[in-house]
Amino acid sequence: MIEVKNVHKSFGTLEVLKGVNLSVKKGEVVSVIGGSGSGKSTLLTCINGLEPINSGSILVDGVEVHAKTTNLNKLRRKIGIVFQQFNAFPHLTVLENVTLAPRKVLGMTKAEAEEIAIKQLTHVGLADKLSVYPGHLSGGQQQRMAIARALAMSPAYVLFDEVTSALDPQLVGEVLDTLKLLANEGMTMICVTHEMSFARDVSDRVAFFHKGVLAEVAPPEQFFSDPQHPETKEFLSNVR
Amino acid sequence: MFNYTFQWRQALQKLPLLLDGALVTLQIALLSMAMGIAFAVVLAVARNAKSRWASAPASAWIEVSRNTPALFQIYMAHFGLGSFGIYLSPYVALLAGITFNNAGYLAETFRGALRAIPGTQMRAARSLGMTSIQAFRLIIMPQMFRIAFLPTTNQMVWAILMTSLGVTVGMNSDLAGVTQDINVRSFRTFEIFAIAAVIYYLIAKAVTLGARLLASRLFRY
Repeated sequence: MIEVKNVHKSFGTLEVLKGVNLSVKKGEVVSVIGGSGSGKSTLLTCINGLEPINSGSILVDGVEVHAKTTNLNKLRRKIGIVFQQFNAFPHLTVLENVTLAPRKVLGMTKAEAEEIAIKQLTHVGLADKLSVYPGHLSGGQQQRMAIARALAMSPAYVLFDEVTSALDPQLVGEVLDTLKLLANEGMTMICVTHEMSFARDVSDRVAFFHKGVLAEVAPPEQFFSDPQHPETKEFLSNVR
Repeated sequence: MFNYTFQWRQALQKLPLLLDGALVTLQIALLSMAMGIAFAVVLAVARNAKSRWASAPASAWIEVSRNTPALFQIYMAHFGLGSFGIYLSPYVALLAGITFNNAGYLAETFRGALRAIPGTQMRAARSLGMTSIQAFRLIIMPQMFRIAFLPTTNQMVWAILMTSLGVTVGMNSDLAGVTQDINVRSFRTFEIFAIAAVIYYLIAKAVTLGARLLASRLFRY
């Protein structure tokens, strides 16, 4: 379970998170929507401890992420994250990209790591690209590789940070299909997204991020048909 | 006015001696590069470090090595340290001087290469649970070497040519030293230096080619 409690976060004088509260249960898929540059991505990087927070607390399975005594390297093994800009490691083949962390972080043998990597790469439809370098892949393929790389660590949670925003429109579908597949398999996911149809069809709950707080969190049926917050209504009327 | 008689045969008879010297030259150049690269990686990282205890000594090394003559650096290693009773042989002084110089130049090359790698690479590596050292070694450093590859081969050629400064501290076993020795005994100055120059050229060329082959094997992406 991920519990975000009254989290505040500033970059210099700019406060981007102004008391965010959210809890995500095992097996739940939560989509976070909202305007660009509003701090949605920052929330994700705070959850896996890449960014420090100013106050409040974030607990993952009861472990406080920003406590000084927390071993972040260990905690991050169970929180996968997939970024908007893929962040493929360009000097490693697709297979090596996926096996590296299981080998070096989890201490698996090469054979064990490759077995898992091939399983995950097959899962995302890249079984025929194992020895290719990322530079020779399309954006959609790189992003699916990044998803396989996160999954190879067998994380309990996966955070998706606008994973389709940097893709050409015709490549968005293949990545969203992969996300849907994971959601159907029961993976716990927090997806920052601009894809309204994805948020509606796949999420258990949709959260609207506005002015540094989650203004409204509701199941998708209610969120899209009967939004309670005036800002949610305003936002939804603009994106439709 | 121009009545010099070329005597190439006499000079060419000294070729085996010159080639022995060339081996020493190559050895010093390769050692100074290997150590220079190792120091340079540390210097490049230290110069960017937040702690002044790490960045200040690194900056000092880089500034001095890049902005003073290489000849003085070798002099300092031999005669300078000698003033304090620390005696380095010409070979060690030459090696130390060139290593010091290589490290300073390469550190800046590497620092530039590090800046060319997107910060998101480090974030992605850390997100997978790697420690900062693992992330640097496995993700950042290989990319850094690729970006810095051409300027590094440049420095390698420069290191080969710099070894000739060793004669000034009494180095007599490398190519420049041997050449100078034969010259003072035979007075075939033009011939002997011309042959030595060709050997320097061939060493530099061979090393550049070798580096290119290595690159095509290492950087296949």
